[in-house]
Amino acid sequence: MDLSFNTEERAFQSEVRSFIAKNLTGEMKRATALTPSVFSDPDIGMAWQRALHGRGWGAPGWPVEYGGPDWTPAQRWIFESECARAGVPNVNVMGVKMVGPVIIGFGSPEQKNFYLPRILSGEDYWCQGYSEPGSGSDLSSLKTRAVRDGDDYIVNGTKIWTTHAHHANRMFALVRTSDGPRQQDGISFILIDMKTPGITTRPILTIGGDHEVNQVFFDDVRVPVANRVGDEGKGWTYGKYLLEFERGSGIASAKLREGLRAITELAESDLTGRAIDSPDIATRISEVEIDIDALEMTELRVLSALQTGQNPGAVSSILKLRNSEIRQAVTRLGVDVIGHDALAVEPMRPLYKLNHEPALPEEMLTLVPEYLNGRAYTIFGGTSEIQRDIIAKMMLGI
Amino acid sequence: MDLNLSDEQKLLRESAERFVAESYDADHRRKMTNDPLGFSPHVWEQFAELGWLALPIPEEFGGLSGGPIEIGILMEAFGRGLVCEPYVATVVLGAALIERCGSTAQKQASLPKIADGSMKLAFAHSERAARFDLAKIVTSATKSANGWRLTGSKIAVLDGHAADEIIVSAHLHDHHGPSGRIGLFLVPATASGLAISDYPRLGGGRACNIELSDLHLSEDALLGDGNDALPAIEWAVDRAMAALGAEAVGIMQTLLDTTLEYTKIRKQFGRPLSANQVIRHRLADMAIQLDEARSMALRAALKADSAPVERARAASAAKAKIGRCARFVGEQSIQLHGGMGVTEELEVGAYFKRLVAFDTLFGGTAHHYSRHAELGRSTASA
Repeated sequence: MDLSFNTEERAFQSEVRSFIAKNLTGEMKRATALTPSVFSDPDIGMAWQRALHGRGWGAPGWPVEYGGPDWTPAQRWIFESECARAGVPNVNVMGVKMVGPVIIGFGSPEQKNFYLPRILSGEDYWCQGYSEPGSGSDLSSLKTRAVRDGDDYIVNGTKIWTTHAHHANRMFALVRTSDGPRQQDGISFILIDMKTPGITTRPILTIGGDHEVNQVFFDDVRVPVANRVGDEGKGWTYGKYLLEFERGSGIASAKLREGLRAITELAESDLTGRAIDSPDIATRISEVEIDIDALEMTELRVLSALQTGQNPGAVSSILKLRNSEIRQAVTRLGVDVIGHDALAVEPMRPLYKLNHEPALPEEMLTLVPEYLNGRAYTIFGGTSEIQRDIIAKMMLGI
Repeated sequence: MDLNLSDEQKLLRESAERFVAESYDADHRRKMTNDPLGFSPHVWEQFAELGWLALPIPEEFGGLSGGPIEIGILMEAFGRGLVCEPYVATVVLGAALIERCGSTAQKQASLPKIADGSMKLAFAHSERAARFDLAKIVTSATKSANGWRLTGSKIAVLDGHAADEIIVSAHLHDHHGPSGRIGLFLVPATASGLAISDYPRLGGGRACNIELSDLHLSEDALLGDGNDALPAIEWAVDRAMAALGAEAVGIMQTLLDTTLEYTKIRKQFGRPLSANQVIRHRLADMAIQLDEARSMALRAALKADSAPVERARAASAAKAKIGRCARFVGEQSIQLHGGMGVTEELEVGAYFKRLVAFDTLFGGTAHHYSRHAELGRSTASA
């Protein structure tokens, strides 16, 4: 056993570092640090995606024939870790990490040829139409309906929690095309052009003051049948496949460590009256750091298993669950470290384009919104309760 | 980067798990609880035959040159069956301290005997007033005309009653008074001036308190050349914590397996306990914490020979985190077994008690979170 990387992997690491040094602008870095929502806005995120694409690194998880870089799991880990350390933009994952793998796995040759290059280049910007007001954790109870009319489906219904629907030009959605004996039957996976008449988008502000998610309404929206991925009625299978990707490429610890490092730095500074001198804060920093150590080690164990072709199984639910909980612990610590400064609210967005002097030093500006928005980490992508159900069923067999 | 077991390591795990499954059952464990020695000399001989006592000892001294990973594999298997042989005292602590601090002659005299099973050791370091501070001992060793005179009291010495020789730590005093250095002495169990009072240890095995009253030792009883042994003590205790962490993982695995099985069989309100979501989620949390503990034990083993601060932080991180996970898994195992979990009729309690002992030994969760924080701060300012 060996924790260190080999010569080729270390060479790759410096390659990634120099790529980042060359391509990550000060503006991107500052905007990323000042984004208290999950994903960077497209002006920042897509600029980074284009840089990655230019280097052939636009879609790390894709097979080579569709433009993937053919990295080993260790290389992916190095790449993600270096990106987190450097503070690169958080590219919206709906394209590369979510709909991309589904199109690769189940799409027609025409769909692959059309959509995949546009995802890689950032020309298309995707959002996800899964949850509905009446279908949260019980996703397969969804009611948005697509009724066949010649070569089109006519879609009626509504989707909610749609991240960046207000930026996206395309949506992948789960819709009901028929009613089967089980509610999972009769669901289809379709690709929708967001400019189609009949689509309206309502912004939803989160408690941190950010506009990241939306509700989307469909009123007799015509979607060509050719935009269905895979078989009619099999959408649930494809959708679940995608959710496994959403639950993590299993590389989150580096980002958590970076978040904790920034907060520790604040705790060591006079801005917080050296919060770290309180034994309570110092110990809590250690507790969170140790939780990150454990998560990182589990990620590396999974990675080692993947390298030898083993299937890590339901451990992806453990990774999702712990990542989200630790993330919340980091943001909670952030709020506690800044003390009275947690009282100040900055309502304007984006925080990196304020046209007035904020009430707080810049490095504190995101902490409270991150904590508030961060309550969503244990809710989206399958709540912690759903993850525990999966662990009980898949790992423990009950 | 590779965290997969090698073929040899897989074999070691298989043979250790098989041995524990075959040799350790509830009857054996109950017998050992009431045994004045607290473990089986016959099993110890088998350990020697299997090569486990030789595992971390260098080849030149009759060992197999294994490392913390191999020790961890063995300890996890020991945890599965609550093995109570003095492996940590003799091999993980004793042999490591002699290897690190002893002269060639001292190594030659001890290590081959440890490897072949003919010598057992114990490490007497903790003192009541020091609590968990490894540096804060008061036992003294004063240079005399023909050797050393030791005076002091030690507590919580693992398996000291069974040791042939006890490694005792003491502050060295020369003609000018205290030297500021800690020395390690090899004290024969039969030495006069050594009073051992042993007691059954929580969770199996035995421990003892030791009184050293003007104990005379020859010059060569001091391990090595009299350099300060504190760094070696910290190194050895960090290793022992990694090993005990792996043992705790094995214990938690058995508790989770047992509890899971019970919740499938036990029916209330006309259905198995495991059909209730509140129970399923509790078991999922136990599985998650076990997995985290497994990661931390492995991490501490992988960093057992890293630079001192990195090693110590990994050891404290593992001790704190595994301690916290162990309490959770242990307490919930009892909770889910209901009233029966609180009785001696099931073994859940015995496994739980060993976890409580683990959490306490060498400092509890709170102590190690603080140590981790302090070590972090000293690196930041350095």
